[in-house]
Amino acid sequence: MEIERIKVTPETPLEQPSSPEEFRARQLKARDMLRGDLEGADLDAYVEERVMTTTLEKVLNVARANSIFPATFGLACCAIEMMSTVSPRYDIARFGAEAFRASPRQADLLILSGRVSIKMAPVVRRIYDQMLEPKWSISMGACSSSGGMFANYAVVQGADRFMPVDVHVPGCPPRPEALIYGFNKLQRMIMGHPDPGWRARYNATGTEEWARGGAGSKPSPEAVEAYRKAREALGA
Amino acid sequence: MTLEPGGNGRGGQSAAEIVHEIEGSAPGVTVELEPEQELLMVNMGPHHPATHGVLRLEVELEGEVVRDLRPIVGYVHTGIEKSCESMAFWKVIPFVERMDYLSYFFNSEAYCGAVEKLIGLEVPRRAQYLRVLHMELNRLHSHLVWLGTTALDVGAMSVYFYCFRDRDRVLDMFEMSAGQRMHTRYFQVGGVAEDIPEGWEAKARELIGVIKRGLSQYESLLDRNEIFLMRTKNIGVVDRERLLELGVTGPLLRAAGDPWDLRKEAGYLVYDELDFDIPVGTVGDGYDRYRVRLAEMRESLKIIEQCLDGLPDGPWIADDRKYVLPPRSELSTSMESLIHHFKLVTEGFRVDPGEVYYPIESPRGELGCFVVADGSAKPVRVHFRDPSFVNLQSLRDMAIGEYVADLIQTLAMLDPILGGIDR
Repeated sequence: MEIERIKVTPETPLEQPSSPEEFRARQLKARDMLRGDLEGADLDAYVEERVMTTTLEKVLNVARANSIFPATFGLACCAIEMMSTVSPRYDIARFGAEAFRASPRQADLLILSGRVSIKMAPVVRRIYDQMLEPKWSISMGACSSSGGMFANYAVVQGADRFMPVDVHVPGCPPRPEALIYGFNKLQRMIMGHPDPGWRARYNATGTEEWARGGAGSKPSPEAVEAYRKAREALGA
Repeated sequence: MTLEPGGNGRGGQSAAEIVHEIEGSAPGVTVELEPEQELLMVNMGPHHPATHGVLRLEVELEGEVVRDLRPIVGYVHTGIEKSCESMAFWKVIPFVERMDYLSYFFNSEAYCGAVEKLIGLEVPRRAQYLRVLHMELNRLHSHLVWLGTTALDVGAMSVYFYCFRDRDRVLDMFEMSAGQRMHTRYFQVGGVAEDIPEGWEAKARELIGVIKRGLSQYESLLDRNEIFLMRTKNIGVVDRERLLELGVTGPLLRAAGDPWDLRKEAGYLVYDELDFDIPVGTVGDGYDRYRVRLAEMRESLKIIEQCLDGLPDGPWIADDRKYVLPPRSELSTSMESLIHHFKLVTEGFRVDPGEVYYPIESPRGELGCFVVADGSAKPVRVHFRDPSFVNLQSLRDMAIGEYVADLIQTLAMLDPILGGIDR
């Protein structure tokens, strides 16, 4: 496979080595630098050409946005169109989100695909609560965004009445392209603004659940105590 | 203690022998096992990837064997039937399309056909052919989604990609004629909304070849697949008499050997002029259900081909101004048309008091629509006899005594659409 390297900073246009000799000279220069022979302005220029500085948070967000695991969770008609985003024609794998997880514990993204009835709403909320931080949700289609055409006794008039929703995708049902567009919007949101701010709005700090080893994954004192007691009872 | 023969597939072996075989412990070492007489209640769903929607099953397990099962429905109850009562007759169509969301053309045909029967409106022949064409394409679409998801449930992921590749080709046809992929609202009371565009027929003929090739591909993926055969053959068998007692129709009944198909029995639209066969199974297990559905897709292709050959010219919607919107071009020249248009759009048409039941053969069985009118512009009652709902009752008979792993496959072979069950 051929690998083409492109310089990151746009101010200094990339010069290709004009000749094999030039290329050889650059190689020598790079070797000098690795040896520690490059100094002063040469070293500065070298570093400026090749190194990009950023924050860890930004790198993490880029990684998160491009490897989202949506939950396998279908409600109604939109679920069929959600399934077709995985199909060969639409292929959501291009954006790194083809791995649908059956367990909410392994998923980052809940796509509410279809009408949410009043009987289903607590279940949806529980699934959302079971997902680990950081998590996002897309409300796909008119029904889960606003109740859609079903303005009656049975359907929740918009899923954002009982859970936070990051992106609303209109349509009845939305085309797979529309869902992918909404998903891209979500990716941009994740890369730009990691915190959608609803925790602060709903005064819900301290309710986050992180995967083991993640930030704030310390078990509660009660859980530690319960675990100790269980071990004791087993005689271990 | 011995496990029940047949229940664990290791008939005759004692528990200690089984544990010895599995764990490889030294002979003579006794292993204490829990008594298995206790039933374990497992709650499957409503969020379960393999239940084809939000169905909840309360399963009683003895070991791995299903001893009892109760489906709990209502998680996508949308109140569609109630909403229909507050809508004018022609505004009900988009609602009923969203009931069984994989067979939207069938839902609208059941409803439109019922209303047409109630008001005695004759549908032009071209419209009848177009309806049959779209319904058979819809049957292909529905069976393709069924095949893909079912294969996914038994672990054959690649079949899903092939099925959805071809399903998108079918949806292209709907998009071309009606403008949307799903829930097209193409059928109107009196005919269809618009004529098919130029080039549609050629594309449909091309599609027949595509699906034919596709069918042989799915078959080559599944027919000789050892895992698929082992997981479907002789699993979930219920005999024809019991299925009839439960009111099961569609591919499930045909797989058990009963050639009951409303396209032949009722002969609605132009089905009695078309030449097609009713595929039936012999055993009534999961494999037969798969074979019957695949054979049905071949029959659908035959019907589509015949419809394309015999598609008559003429109007695509009835010419009765009391029930059908006048063509757009007349609105600027004819005062009478403008008045009709205004009356139809604001109030809708009135239907004389009466009630009617109109059954058709949907991909899942008998889909019937029951409409009651009281002389106003709104229906008093719109009730659907949804095949998924009735067929779900047979799940208990199919699953009892089987492994819980086969329950997933049995449920998938039912092809339940929860939107149709809960409405």
